[in-house]
Amino acid sequence: MVSHSADAGHHEHHDDDHHELGFWRKYVFSTDHKVIGIQYGITGLLFLLFGFALMLVMRWQLAHPGTPMPYIGSFLGSLPVIKDHFPGGVMSADGYNEFGAMHGTIMVFFGIVPVAFAAFGNFAVPLQIGAPDMTFPRINMGSYWCFFISCIFMLVSFLVPGGAAKSGWTSYPPLSGIADSGVGFHQFFNGQTLWLTGMIFNITASLMGSVNFIATIIQLRAPGMTWMRMPFFVWTQFVTAFLLLLAFPPLEAAGIFQFMDRVFGTSFFMPTGLVVGQQLTHWSGGGSPLLWQHLFWFLAHPEVYVLILPGIGIIAEVVANNTRKPIYGYKAMVGAIFVLGFLSFIVWAHHMYMTGMGAKVAAFFQTTTIMISVPSVILITALLLSLWGGSIRFTVPMMFATAFLPMFGIGGLTGIPLAFNAVDMYLHDTYYIIGHFHYIVAPGTIFAIFAGVYYWFPKAAGRSMNDFLGRVHFWGSLISINGIFFPMFLQGMAGVHRRWYDGGGASLDQLTYQLAGPVLHWNKFMSYSAFLLALAQLPFIFNFFYSIFAGKRVDRNPWQSTTLEWDAPSPPPHGNFDRPVAVYRGPYEYSVPGAQSDFTPQSEVPEGKGNQAATVSAH
Amino acid sequence: MQIPYEVSSRPDTGLYNAKLGIWLFLASEVMLFGGLFSGYIFLRLGAEPGYWPHGLLNVPVGTMNTAVLILSSVTVVLAWAALKMRNWSQYRLYMLITIVCGVVFLGVKLSYEYPQKFTHFGVFIRKDSLVKYEAYLGNDFLKSRGLEPRVEISGHLLDAPKGSEYEGVAKRNAEHFTHVLHEEGVGGHGGGPVVQTEAADDFVIQLDPANARPTDPTNEHPSFLPKKQTMMTAVVKREDVESAGMFVPGHSPYFAIYFTITGLHGLHVLGGVIVFAYFFFFGGKLYKRNPEHFANRVEVAGLFWHFVDLVWIFVFPLFYLL
Repeated sequence: MVSHSADAGHHEHHDDDHHELGFWRKYVFSTDHKVIGIQYGITGLLFLLFGFALMLVMRWQLAHPGTPMPYIGSFLGSLPVIKDHFPGGVMSADGYNEFGAMHGTIMVFFGIVPVAFAAFGNFAVPLQIGAPDMTFPRINMGSYWCFFISCIFMLVSFLVPGGAAKSGWTSYPPLSGIADSGVGFHQFFNGQTLWLTGMIFNITASLMGSVNFIATIIQLRAPGMTWMRMPFFVWTQFVTAFLLLLAFPPLEAAGIFQFMDRVFGTSFFMPTGLVVGQQLTHWSGGGSPLLWQHLFWFLAHPEVYVLILPGIGIIAEVVANNTRKPIYGYKAMVGAIFVLGFLSFIVWAHHMYMTGMGAKVAAFFQTTTIMISVPSVILITALLLSLWGGSIRFTVPMMFATAFLPMFGIGGLTGIPLAFNAVDMYLHDTYYIIGHFHYIVAPGTIFAIFAGVYYWFPKAAGRSMNDFLGRVHFWGSLISINGIFFPMFLQGMAGVHRRWYDGGGASLDQLTYQLAGPVLHWNKFMSYSAFLLALAQLPFIFNFFYSIFAGKRVDRNPWQSTTLEWDAPSPPPHGNFDRPVAVYRGPYEYSVPGAQSDFTPQSEVPEGKGNQAATVSAH
Repeated sequence: MQIPYEVSSRPDTGLYNAKLGIWLFLASEVMLFGGLFSGYIFLRLGAEPGYWPHGLLNVPVGTMNTAVLILSSVTVVLAWAALKMRNWSQYRLYMLITIVCGVVFLGVKLSYEYPQKFTHFGVFIRKDSLVKYEAYLGNDFLKSRGLEPRVEISGHLLDAPKGSEYEGVAKRNAEHFTHVLHEEGVGGHGGGPVVQTEAADDFVIQLDPANARPTDPTNEHPSFLPKKQTMMTAVVKREDVESAGMFVPGHSPYFAIYFTITGLHGLHVLGGVIVFAYFFFFGGKLYKRNPEHFANRVEVAGLFWHFVDLVWIFVFPLFYLL
């Protein structure tokens, strides 16, 4: 076949696939890591939007309890099944629980992990280490389609009798064992059982992905790409993949246990003598609800670092590129994420102080939790110091990156009091917790995701995103997102509970909650901030699709970056590089004294190595 | 496009891709079974005295299955070695033995061990009624020996409360039981064991040896050879029963974890057998094209097989012996 492309070399060393792939193999059932990354990215972004929409409905209920949301309320009240939870367009308590549980599940497992880890990792990691693809391309494809099946399970669960899971994203038994069962519920097609099935598929997908990532990073680094020459983003993906590989299986075990409890009537998590509605339940008993919490948090704490580490990796890339200087303390940061990864496996029970597991156990987890703040502070400090003395370009990715630093800082610092058993007893399950972890994942990780989208979009599409719309998106998001989450700290410290579906009004009669009265008015402010945040996403959504077709065309290296992905054509062809790649230097050689330009790509052949230049073409 | 190091090893890591991949996968599997076994530990430590059964599984059969799996682990290595020496017919022989071993293991589990549990029945007696069934439980004796109490009466169900889901099973068992009684000439009208009662609310159970002779010291340790089902029966009133059921996963935490772990292990065995069967029947094509690549595949599948074997080495003592 005669090549029509400008990169004639591309076809020369591709003996295996001279034939053009058909549409289905090229864009749908593709084994190309870039296509899979984009598939993960678009699916994940859609789920982020969906999870956000669930929350908007909940925020209306919190601001105006008992009134139908304009337009949306009557729409939801007309949908099959969902209308059961929206009598007259007003959100019921069950509906609030349903949307809340699914918001958490979707944002964590179907939004952020797929985008931050699977999408960016799949797209950028092989490019950054100079690999032609992942080590196991077909398993990679299997990973996405396994994830896709899990998405279907989650979406379908909204439409089965009784609706989707309602037991919180943590699905604590015995509540989750009883929920969605009995009269009117299908034995298998009910919210909680579908949730479990979906999670088991999701975990399998993440297993296939993480094996692939680690093997790729170990095996397929280009000649000269030594460990300490890897971009920091690759390091974060490497550690993240290990966390997913080792922390997810215990949740899979727990999911299988709960599935058995629900479908086969076992008693893994059902205690002896469980009485529901003054009726002794049918379970034999002898199980332990605490076992679920241990297995769940054994995953879910490392999961927190799964959520944040890829974000920090993206920020490091963007900061180095836009300050035009090497990131400060590269080696210390690499060390820090390894310590972080290790420690994240021994802090899980700080989510369980309220279970009464005893002071000695609490003291142990309190200590490890405080220890883990050390590597976190190393990371944030190194990134902050990287700004010092740089000639900063405030591009759109860089604006998100600079906002990330203080936002992640707020999220991290508000977590330190929670590490202490005594303080946590008071703040547990209040809005303080909600504010804390949302500062980490929303203006933290999601801002990093936006930075990554703006940063790598030109590589994926061959066109850059619109700068002005990006700035509108940034400022709108930054201001409104703080309007949502900052008042949560005020509310939380006054004792506002995270599960009040009426915004707290009905609970004020109880003596315990009278402190909450003066801060409830923030509910309206937070909700309107959330609606503004939704508005602020419109420029992004428009920009994203508009730029795919009509953005400004770019060459290989629009950001004048040093790392290897900018050595490939934009967008890179199947197999990635149109010329052999080799690496001669570290990842962030910006503003090297005496160099011709302010960036020296990793692949640039050093002076005096001219003999290799014959095989490795320089810029 | 060719992915590097698919067949040959990368010099600095000394591994080809699939070998690294399978080790990573096995690391994840260790965590999966680690989670499952931690469930075992939690349930067993949390069980009230007497609620964790002992000696219910057939040790000789389990031992044989252990031997079968270990043999298959040896033959899979021999199959790989034969491939490395490019000896195709020897490879076929050893691979066949491996597959047969896997099938035997699964066959024993599915055709003998599981069905034997599903047809067994047990009732947990309420705490305040335990003393009524002292003849079958022997708790005074156990207490004097410093042993855990016995709270379950188990065996074959002969009569179930009217309208319960077990009536069909009970009827079949009762027919069989009276048939055997007749053959052996035990009892007759009057003196023989109770098979059915007039009361609508009774369980009648053909007793396991431990309930038939609760003070027999040989019950204190799991016996290697399974004891024969007795011809004694016991009548248990429904109001004395805390929970009752066939030996299915829902019966008790013990059977829940037993069926979950052995079931998932069985699925792993099945997966291995399918992969080996594929190599056995369809491996020739790749072997002719690239024998080293094919040997690598067998090696990687063999590593998985060893892991499955290793899991069984933990399962066997935990469930059969302890």
